[in-house]
Amino acid sequence: MEYASIVSILSAAFAVSFGAIGPALAEGRSVAAAMDAIARQPEAANTISRTLFVGLAMIETTAIYCLVIALLLLFANPLLN
Amino acid sequence: MKSPLETLPLFHIGPVPVTEAIVTTWALMLVLVTGAALLTRRLELMPGTRQAALELLVDTLDTQIRETTGAGPGPYRAFSGTLFLFILAANWSSLLPGVEPPTAQLETDAALAVLVFLSVIWFGIRTRGVAGYLKSFAAPNPVMIPLNMLESFTRTFSMFVRLFGNVMSGVFVIGIIASLAGLLVPIPLMALELLTGLVQAYIFAVLAMVFITAAVGDHAQRRNRQYAQPDGPSPAAEGSASPQTKKDS
Repeated sequence: MEYASIVSILSAAFAVSFGAIGPALAEGRSVAAAMDAIARQPEAANTISRTLFVGLAMIETTAIYCLVIALLLLFANPLLN
Repeated sequence: MKSPLETLPLFHIGPVPVTEAIVTTWALMLVLVTGAALLTRRLELMPGTRQAALELLVDTLDTQIRETTGAGPGPYRAFSGTLFLFILAANWSSLLPGVEPPTAQLETDAALAVLVFLSVIWFGIRTRGVAGYLKSFAAPNPVMIPLNMLESFTRTFSMFVRLFGNVMSGVFVIGIIASLAGLLVPIPLMALELLTGLVQAYIFAVLAMVFITAAVGDHAQRRNRQYAQPDGPSPAAEGSASPQTKKDS
């Protein structure tokens, strides 16, 4: 296998694995904060969970970007062929 | 393995290539439109089971729009509700054997995001006028004009990549698992995919509403609220007031 394809496979794996760390930590923090807020103020649970879902989707997007980059490297790599 | 980024045309109508996603989209549109037409054919003052279920659905959508925008759901119900229902149906269509959800293809999501982009401009211009809408780009001060313009493009792009990435990765992972162990093993993942599909449809609709609200601005919102609810305070005001009243009592 040639050099460029090996590098792109490796970097696709790195992109997903390291790109998932940040969003994972961030989602954990935001869910913890939302749980805390709901425990303090149960009557605001609707608003909090709605905002939480939107925020989680925003955070998750960064991981999804990494996934898209990895897929680009694997399936639509402009450097290969 | 088939690349998730490229699409192969199934057949051609004249010079126009027709992909699987287009066929699925049209089938979904047919089902949704005929379903809506049939279900709302005879509406009565005293709702039966069917109409009560429909009213529950519409009322839930209205509540969400009202809570997101802080205004009456009237002008936005058609757009936002259709977005939600279509994306939900598209995401869940992956449960039917042999059907790939059209939202797992780049072009469907891009089209939806472009719709949102255009509708933001449309609603902004309709409520503020062209000059008012253009002035909203210089919102805090004129230095922000390039950033605000850039943002209106990048947020559209990020909506589209978010929906595509989520749905496509679900389909992709289920495909990989099914090729490794076909029987019963992918079922938990498919259940997770149901949840992801619902959340993504919800988020797409809510984000569209958030962007439209930002373009429409406060002034029109207040006017809308008066239109929508002549009696009683808005639910947003109730929600913010209730903790205090509880604390007092």
